[in-house]
Amino acid sequence: MWQIFHKLGSPKWFFGIASTLMPWLLWIGVALLAVGIGWGLAFAPQDYLQGNSYRIIFIHVPSAFLAQSVYMMMAVAGLVTLVWRMKLADVFVKAVAPVGAALTFLALFTGAVWGKPTWGTWWIWDARLTSMLILLFLYFGVMALGAAISDEKSSARAVAVLVLVGVVNIPIIKYSVEWWNTLHQPATFKLTEKPSMPAEMWMPLLLSLLGLYLIFGWLACLRMQTEILMREGRTRWVKELVQARGN
Amino acid sequence: MAFDSFGAFIVMEGHGPYVWTCYFVFFLLMGVLAWWSLRQRRAVIARHHRQIGSTPIRNNSPAGASFTRIEPSHD
Repeated sequence: MWQIFHKLGSPKWFFGIASTLMPWLLWIGVALLAVGIGWGLAFAPQDYLQGNSYRIIFIHVPSAFLAQSVYMMMAVAGLVTLVWRMKLADVFVKAVAPVGAALTFLALFTGAVWGKPTWGTWWIWDARLTSMLILLFLYFGVMALGAAISDEKSSARAVAVLVLVGVVNIPIIKYSVEWWNTLHQPATFKLTEKPSMPAEMWMPLLLSLLGLYLIFGWLACLRMQTEILMREGRTRWVKELVQARGN
Repeated sequence: MAFDSFGAFIVMEGHGPYVWTCYFVFFLLMGVLAWWSLRQRRAVIARHHRQIGSTPIRNNSPAGASFTRIEPSHD
């Protein structure tokens, strides 16, 4: 266990492991997402109340789920940065923040478009929507702070503190539909309960969710490798790697 | 299939514009994100290549003095 933790601190070791994993993450992710979305769009039955507009769920829920999940991963990485000063943890935070921002934007956008035929409005300042908008601003804040401080160590610490302060928003997003009276429906998937929707609906949703997770894994590995190449440009192993690849 | 025809699938009983707009934006943004990430990586590798290319490699460089062969004149 500690050996793996120790190895995770080595950018060179991570670079090799990521290169092996990336093709699998990408192609299995794309296949799962394609099957999930194709099934959801064309074969899943129509919702008796919302009609066909509910088919947005097959991208809305995975985007929203992952947007929060990525932030939680960033918070764990932020804690590791502050406590163990592991370089790779900061590399992760800086690499995935734009991906998290894009997923949050997608959750907000698809939610707004879904809201128009369902609620009769694009936007309402209710607890769920507002807390998701705050999450988007938190992602922007992390990206801006990371870019504003040139010293690597100071930047890592400042970003980690901001990420950890912002983590308070995650339970607010999750429980907003229970704590306050909102237009937004309750959670689609719960670990403790069977899904309320039929299997023909939740199975393609689950496939889309898994697919998007794997695609996120690919993007995270790719962006982390780029960040490592930028930071470790002066090291011998990066120079050898760049020369060996020839592109 | 949940629809009678391809036309019905596209129209989705009036909800087509909402559904297809969401899917278009989703794939566009994910595509742009992947393209941008790959481009960034290529740019970093190209920069390192230039740096390695502009740095003289000490092992192969001449060690201080050099000799040039001059053809003797027969005039």
